[in-house]
Amino acid sequence: MTTATQTAATGNHLSTGAALLTLMKLRTFIALFAVIIFFSIFAPNFLSTANMILMSKHATQNAFLAIGMTFVIITGGIDLSVGSIVGLCGMIAGGLIMYGVALPLGYTVYFNIVEVAVIVMVVGILIGAVNGLLITRLNVAPFIATLGTLYVARGMALLYSDGQTLPNLTGREDLGNQGFSYLGSGSILGLPVSVWILIVVALGAAYFARFVPLGRHIFAVGGNERASRMSGIRVNRVKMFVYMFSGFCAAIVGLIISSELMASHPATGTNLELNAIAAAVLGGTSMSGGRGTIGGTIIGAFVIGILSDGLVMMGVSSFWQMVIKGLVIIVAVVVDQAQRRLQQRVTLMQMAKAG
Amino acid sequence: MAEQDDGDVILELKDITKAYSGIVALKKADLKLRRGAVNVLVGENGAGKSTMMRIIAGVERPTLGEIWMDGERIHLNSPADAVRHGIGIVFQELNLFGNLSVAENIFATREITRGLRGIDHKAQVEKANEFLNRLEAGISADTLAEDLPIGQQQLVEIARAVSLDTRILIMDEPTSALSAAEVDVLFRVIADLKARGVAIVYISHRLEELMRIGDYITVLKDGQITGHAMVKDIDTRWIVRSMIGSDAKDFAKQVDHAPGEEVFRTEDICLPRAQGGYAVDHVSIGVREGEILGIYGLMGAGRSELFECIMGRHEHYTGKIFVEGEELKGRDTTRRIREGLALIPEDRQREGLVQSMSIADNLSMASLGQFLKAGFHIDLKLEKAAILEAIRNLSIKAKNPDFDVTSMSGGNQQKVVIGKALMTGPKVLLMDEPSRGIDVGAKADVFRTMRRLAGEGLAILFSTSDLEEVMALSDRIAVMSNGRLVTVVDRKDATEEMIVSASAEGHKTKRMHA
Repeated sequence: MTTATQTAATGNHLSTGAALLTLMKLRTFIALFAVIIFFSIFAPNFLSTANMILMSKHATQNAFLAIGMTFVIITGGIDLSVGSIVGLCGMIAGGLIMYGVALPLGYTVYFNIVEVAVIVMVVGILIGAVNGLLITRLNVAPFIATLGTLYVARGMALLYSDGQTLPNLTGREDLGNQGFSYLGSGSILGLPVSVWILIVVALGAAYFARFVPLGRHIFAVGGNERASRMSGIRVNRVKMFVYMFSGFCAAIVGLIISSELMASHPATGTNLELNAIAAAVLGGTSMSGGRGTIGGTIIGAFVIGILSDGLVMMGVSSFWQMVIKGLVIIVAVVVDQAQRRLQQRVTLMQMAKAG
Repeated sequence: MAEQDDGDVILELKDITKAYSGIVALKKADLKLRRGAVNVLVGENGAGKSTMMRIIAGVERPTLGEIWMDGERIHLNSPADAVRHGIGIVFQELNLFGNLSVAENIFATREITRGLRGIDHKAQVEKANEFLNRLEAGISADTLAEDLPIGQQQLVEIARAVSLDTRILIMDEPTSALSAAEVDVLFRVIADLKARGVAIVYISHRLEELMRIGDYITVLKDGQITGHAMVKDIDTRWIVRSMIGSDAKDFAKQVDHAPGEEVFRTEDICLPRAQGGYAVDHVSIGVREGEILGIYGLMGAGRSELFECIMGRHEHYTGKIFVEGEELKGRDTTRRIREGLALIPEDRQREGLVQSMSIADNLSMASLGQFLKAGFHIDLKLEKAAILEAIRNLSIKAKNPDFDVTSMSGGNQQKVVIGKALMTGPKVLLMDEPSRGIDVGAKADVFRTMRRLAGEGLAILFSTSDLEEVMALSDRIAVMSNGRLVTVVDRKDATEEMIVSASAEGHKTKRMHA
């Protein structure tokens, strides 16, 4: 008799547990709708097209970094250097447009905008490769290795112009390097170019994670590195890739920001790595590795972007904005942990009952 | 299971179930511990003894069930809770702080202090020496724990547990590293504790020890209690019967087919040990197509290390490895797999599975290269078909291949690891303790699969420390001991005595600890 009621009770427990689980899994979506609804009520002009486009441009910057960060975090690592890579890459783009590259014998080579973009992306990838080599070959913990490159890259950005801003990157007609502004201010079919690029990169990353062996291996390495090794996965290659890709994403952001401002400032991108981590975590990427999705990360980046822009529109002080952003991140991780525990409990209970 | 007099029960476990991801370690187990008595617990490896003790010691919490002490329900949420209730434990694995002195180890978390002047080291050493002398240990309390040989470390553990002044003292295989004389002293101490009303829980594999000091005996099998009696009423035969049960292990029927050509051979594989000597000591061994070669050996015989060398996991091994007559170069697991080798690791959780991924992703993770189109694009249909085929072939009980791999039982998880290895299309399959930690039914499935694969021409090397298993499954039996390959015999010519004595061969020259 008592056992019967007990079973019924645990049965109920199980189904409420399962419902709670679904709710928790959808938390990023719920958060996105919550911020949109909240600000459309309380922030004037929030739903205007102009504002939507402006916000999507802001969110795009975070989203690029967050995509790279997601892969890194899925392997169980972290990349703190992306904000500095943004700054350094922006400076290099500005420098290449303004001064070109001075060769010996007094020649100076100027590149067109496409070439500049390619060079800058290669630089981003190379810095990522340095991170990867430190982590895989020299066994430096990812946190420390990328903390090091954070300082080095930021220092190099400051050294590049002695701390000065490189203004007015319009280029010169006789050098054929005009048109840099297109990246940051151009639009196709009413959407900013940077958003289109984000769509391409995000779709590419999502495709890569599901349809390319190396992409699948990212998840395996983060879930269990030893088992991945035993299964013949080249773990070091996977890690090299994720840090290089993260550097690549950071280079794109560096280009976009300089293009938007038509100027390069060496402090650009400071603290952006934290936004990227926050977006990835908000989107359900597990800091312990093995789990995460590109889609979730994009939503996470938009939640953070909309949150900060909306608060500005409401006239909330920037000090309060920081407090609120921090709280949102903490709540996201707490919910994530609760979900994991609940999931485990539900599975174990089911197994215990099945015998 | 006759009810005994219950007057003296101090602790009772009621209907305890403990599930880990992948395995139910205890199923509705009941246990009564009696005051002033030695309560013996026996069972095979993996029967759930240690899990039960970890629950009593507050290290693990039961998934379902209740714990009662002195007629009151209690909750043991942490080891500190257990200590508060007067429960002490000597763990099977040593839990000493190697960098602290013996006295500091004994008084860890309850240091003798002198107010603001900090820890009274002198008093600690004096008191510790008292306890150690009672055990006639001959250890000075101010030596560092890591400087002691393993047997003496175990005595320190015991001294610490005794010094706790507990009402219940659990000893999980306390004699595994002790000499006969030390065991005698320990038994005198146990008798003394018993006289003072302490309830002792004693776990051991040595049946003659249990008969000597036990008062009550409880037998565990596959997470369930299968026997409970007074030791004076029973004999060792009763224990063995309760431990193994009536259902003998279901081994696959032998299929007689002539093995083919030799496909795999190692020559002089050597792996030096960090402490000197060899973990794998000049091992040369060959396997033919369609043959199952069983490698029998005790813990530390070097079986796993041999497999790891073969898979290229160790940088510094020496020797040659041939597959189909071709020598394999390099030290690279990825290449070894491509060249036709596959390993089922011993430790499924740490080296076999990716717990965060689904059943399907675990199965295909090592063989994604086979489903490619245009050199980089995985054809999901091809992949799915291969996954479903593996699930069917190995009769994996997976409701949905997209569920988490941890939602399955240990036996099915093991089949997933096997499936993953088979999907790489190996010519030689290495299986390190393939039946560890899985239930009887799954074991039979795994054994049948091994037979079938051998019938299809795969060469299989498997290692085991189960005598029955190696006799029943192998075409040939190799015995390893202390890194050396002692003998290789045909199953027809093998006897159990021969194998057991061969497995001790490597330890003859020097005394080894268990």
